[in-house]
Amino acid sequence: MNSVIKKIEDRGLRNDLPEFRVGDTVRLQVKVREGEKERIQSFEGVVIRINRGGNRATFTVRKVSYGVGVERIFPLHSQRIEKIQVLNHSRVRRARLYYLRNLQGKAARLDTTA
Amino acid sequence: MLSGLIGRKLGMTQVADAQGRVRAVTVVQVGPCTVTQLKTAPTDGYDAVQVTWGRKKLSRVTSAERGHFKKANVAPGARTVEFRKLGDGELALGQAIAVGDVFKAGEQVDVQGVSKGHGYAGVIKRHHFAGFPGTHGTHEYFRHGGSIGNRSFPGRVRKGLRMAGQMGNETVTVLNLEIVEILSEDNAIAVAGAVPGPDGAMVIVKHAARPRRKANVVAVNA
Repeated sequence: MNSVIKKIEDRGLRNDLPEFRVGDTVRLQVKVREGEKERIQSFEGVVIRINRGGNRATFTVRKVSYGVGVERIFPLHSQRIEKIQVLNHSRVRRARLYYLRNLQGKAARLDTTA
Repeated sequence: MLSGLIGRKLGMTQVADAQGRVRAVTVVQVGPCTVTQLKTAPTDGYDAVQVTWGRKKLSRVTSAERGHFKKANVAPGARTVEFRKLGDGELALGQAIAVGDVFKAGEQVDVQGVSKGHGYAGVIKRHHFAGFPGTHGTHEYFRHGGSIGNRSFPGRVRKGLRMAGQMGNETVTVLNLEIVEILSEDNAIAVAGAVPGPDGAMVIVKHAARPRRKANVVAVNA
């Protein structure tokens, strides 16, 4: 990668956030803008994908809300993320947990004994 | 100062603003350019400033170029382009012009470059034709364009009909890209959006010829 681009991408990387891995259950505090006001909203779910790549890195959190699967993709280094709490680790054997999308209820649980 | 500068496309990335909104940008190394000739209306019929950028191997410089660069006492550059002079400031031969002298963040620019060459491409790649069905009796006719006209009337193929041919490797100008950031230290700018050509390609960055009024900024979360 070009050194100028590297320099741009290395700015504003967030190292204040806790490390987490695919399969972890996290609770995010996300800044949400409503008109002029800004407030914090939380989003809790399983990390099913981490896309690495400097300041372009993103991760996907999946939760089931009132029976409907909801996935949100967050830029890992976004200033809009106030806080990340890692609630649970689980043992997974995939880097991308897309298979959770096809599972429901008890089958969609992860092995948290790790 | 000048209406534009010569540069090199470094590549794309993204930057976030203070609110955390992400924008795709192309980083373009711009300048420093060296003045090689000052054209004036009395002698040349029009006013312009000729600048050069980069380096050219001495063995590749023609005698004519050698003399021309020598006159300005400037090392032969890889590319030499004329720009208009803006404002009153005086320019001298051999003067180096940096990004910060010409551009400011928030301004709109036109970026000209040579697009990536795709060779002689068929209509599917070149014009996004749909092609023909893979089954249902199609016989040796999958990526064709279909009919190109009628019969004895008009008895010819319409001008401008989209067909296979050379794709890319042509000069393309992208208009009205916003300068998101000036990186004076690295002689570079970040412009919003894409720029023609591969990474490393030479481009010409000019002040927008027909700037748009500032687009409304929409607040987006995450």
